[in-house]
Amino acid sequence: MSKVTLNCPNCGAPVEFAWASSVQAVCAYCASILVRTDVDVKKVGEVSDLPNDASPIQIGTEGIYKNLGFVVAGRILYEYENGGWNEWHIVFNDGTSGWLSDAQLEYTISTQFNSPGAIPPATDINIGKQFHWGDLNYEVTSLTQAHYRGVEGQLPFQYWDKEDCFFADLRTTAGRFGTIDYSDEKPLVFIGEALDFTALKLKNLREFEGWTQ
Amino acid sequence: MSAAPPPTPPQSPKLSRPSLVRKAVGLNCPNCGAVMTLRTFSNAVNIVCPGCASVLDATDPRMQILQEASNRKPPTLLLPLGSRGKWKGTSYEVVGCQLRAITVDGQSYHWFEYLLFNPFAGYRYLTEYEGHWNDVTVCRAIPKSISNTTKPKVIMGDQTFTHFQTANATTTYVIGEFPWQVRRDDKVFTKDYISPPFMLSSENVAQETTWSIGEYTSGKDIWQAFKLPGSPPSPRGIFANQPSPFADRPKTFWNTSVLLLSLALLVLMISYVISSNKEVFSSTYDFSQRPGQEASFVTPVFEIGGHPSNVELKINTDLSNNWVYFNFALINEQTGEAYDFGREVSYYTGSDSDGVWTEGDRSNTATVPTVPPGHYYLRVEPEMSAGSVPVHYTLQVVRDVPSFSFFLIAAVLLLIPPIWLTGRAYRFEFNRWQESDYAVSSGGSSDDE
Repeated sequence: MSKVTLNCPNCGAPVEFAWASSVQAVCAYCASILVRTDVDVKKVGEVSDLPNDASPIQIGTEGIYKNLGFVVAGRILYEYENGGWNEWHIVFNDGTSGWLSDAQLEYTISTQFNSPGAIPPATDINIGKQFHWGDLNYEVTSLTQAHYRGVEGQLPFQYWDKEDCFFADLRTTAGRFGTIDYSDEKPLVFIGEALDFTALKLKNLREFEGWTQ
Repeated sequence: MSAAPPPTPPQSPKLSRPSLVRKAVGLNCPNCGAVMTLRTFSNAVNIVCPGCASVLDATDPRMQILQEASNRKPPTLLLPLGSRGKWKGTSYEVVGCQLRAITVDGQSYHWFEYLLFNPFAGYRYLTEYEGHWNDVTVCRAIPKSISNTTKPKVIMGDQTFTHFQTANATTTYVIGEFPWQVRRDDKVFTKDYISPPFMLSSENVAQETTWSIGEYTSGKDIWQAFKLPGSPPSPRGIFANQPSPFADRPKTFWNTSVLLLSLALLVLMISYVISSNKEVFSSTYDFSQRPGQEASFVTPVFEIGGHPSNVELKINTDLSNNWVYFNFALINEQTGEAYDFGREVSYYTGSDSDGVWTEGDRSNTATVPTVPPGHYYLRVEPEMSAGSVPVHYTLQVVRDVPSFSFFLIAAVLLLIPPIWLTGRAYRFEFNRWQESDYAVSSGGSSDDE
C-alpha cells in the first residue's frame, strides 16, 4: 500500500492520502475539502471549524477490534434535534476500512454489509420493520433525520456536497447493531456491534481537564 | 512479504480540536446570573441553572432559555452534583438528576435518577426510591417477548424477566446537565420487567423504545464509592427487583430436612427389625365396681429380659357406652422400684340423624421407657362408676416394642424450619408483587399497611 502525497490546489500545502481507500481529504492548513481523482486533487468545497465536541477520539487515535489494529483517519460529525454524534472513519491494519461511531459516548464499530437484499426507500421504512442479514434478525428501533455538521481528515467517500441525511438504526436480540444510511441515492447498510470503551483499547486519545482515564 | 505494513497515522490537522479539553469557565445563567459549572464538557445539550432551575441550551454560547425558571423548592439530593467515585471500575462524576413520578390509584410515587459521567466511558445511572438503589445502564440489544403467559415475559440474553408494572412517568424536577433534551413535565411510557436482582425497563417516547437494565445495589456500596457522609437511608418496603433475603434458603432447608427424615426413617426400619417385641405376660380379668370395695390386685411375677428397653402394656376391654380407669404400678420384685401410671379406656356408641357414631376406643396402651431386665409384677387398680355392667379385659405386657413416636416427633421438628422459611419467602414474594400491576386486592377496605 503506497501513500499518495499531493499538493492542495488552494494553498499548496502537502496533503497526504495515507490510505488507498481515501477518496476525500480536508486540507489541514486551509480547510479545503479535496477530492482525489487519482493523479490530481480538486478543491470542491470548504468547511468551517468543527464545533468543539467532546468525543475523546481524535484523528490518529488507535485501537483494536477483533484482534486487528486500526487507526482513526477521518470523521463525519452529524447533528440532529437532540444532539450530535461522530462517525470516525477507521482503517484497519489489513487495509480495510470501517466506522467507529461515538454517540453520547456510546461506541459501535460497523462495516459496510454488501448483500443486504432489497432495502425499501426512506419513505417506506418504519420502526419495527425487520431484516434478516447474516444469521440475525435486525429490527428498526429508531429513525433519525440529521445533517452534516462537518468533516475532518480522510474519508472513503465524497461527502462534501451532502446536507440532510436520513438514518434507520436497527438492533438485534444479540447485541449486534445495524444502520441503513439513506444519504446516497442507493441506501447503504452497515452492520456491527456496540462495544465498551475499555474493549476498544484506544490509545492516543484526547485528554480532559480534571480527569485521568 | 505479503503482510501489509501498518498504516502510518496521519499528521494532526491544524483545524482539529485541541488534544487537551479544558473545562468551560465563566458561565452565567442568562436568567438569574448564577455562576454555572459545566461538568461534561461539550457533551451537554441541556443544562439546568442551579439557582433558578431554568433549562438552558448548552450547545449555544448564549445559553438560550429553553424552559422558564421554576419556583419549586429543590429536593435534597442524596448524591450531590459533582460527587465523584469509582464505580464498577471506572471513575464517575454525578452530573445530573431527574426526579420522576408515577401515579397509581391516585397516589404518586417519586424516584430519583442520578446521571453519572466519565469523559471516556460515557454515562450510566443510579436510581433511588425509598432507600432502594439500582445501577442502570442502557441496553445494546432488544429483548424477545413472550406474551402467552399470565404475566408477559421478555428474554434478554439468557435471562427471563417477568412483567411487573406499566406506568406513565413524568419528570417533576431536573438539575444538572444532560447530553439530550430534558424538560420538566416530560412524559414517558414505562414498562418494568423483573428477574431479581435485575430489572429490565423500557421507555417509550413517540414510537421509539429505549431499554435499560438495572441491578439492585446496596446504598452502603454507593456511600463507600462516592465517599458520602453518614450512612444511606434504610430502604422502606420491598422493591420490585430486590433480591429475596430468603433466596435459596427454603430449598436448602428442605433438602436438609428430607435427608434427616430419611435417616430417621432408616433408624425406624432398623428398630423394627432388631426389636424383640416379645410378650412376657398376658392374662384376662373381669371387673365390676362394688361400693366401698377395694378392687386392687397384683399379677403373678413375670420375667422381663434382654437389654434395658421399653415395656408396653396393652389393655383390651369389651366396654360399651362406659368407661374404666386403671391405676398401674410395674414393680421390680427384687428392688421394689415401681413405675406408676394410669390409663382410661372409654367407648361410646349410638346413632342419630347422621347415622351410627362411636367415640373413644375399647383399647389403650401405655409405654414405660427404658426398663432394666428383672422380675416384675403389676399392681392393678381398676375403677368405674358403681352399678355399671361388669367389664371383661385383657392385660398384655410386651418387652422391647419398636417405637414409631420418636419418628413422628423428629418429623415434626425437622419440618418446622423449612415450612416456616417457605412461608416467610412466600410472604416476601407476595408483598413484592403487591406493589405491581398484579396486586391481590384485599377486598373491601383498602387499608395500606
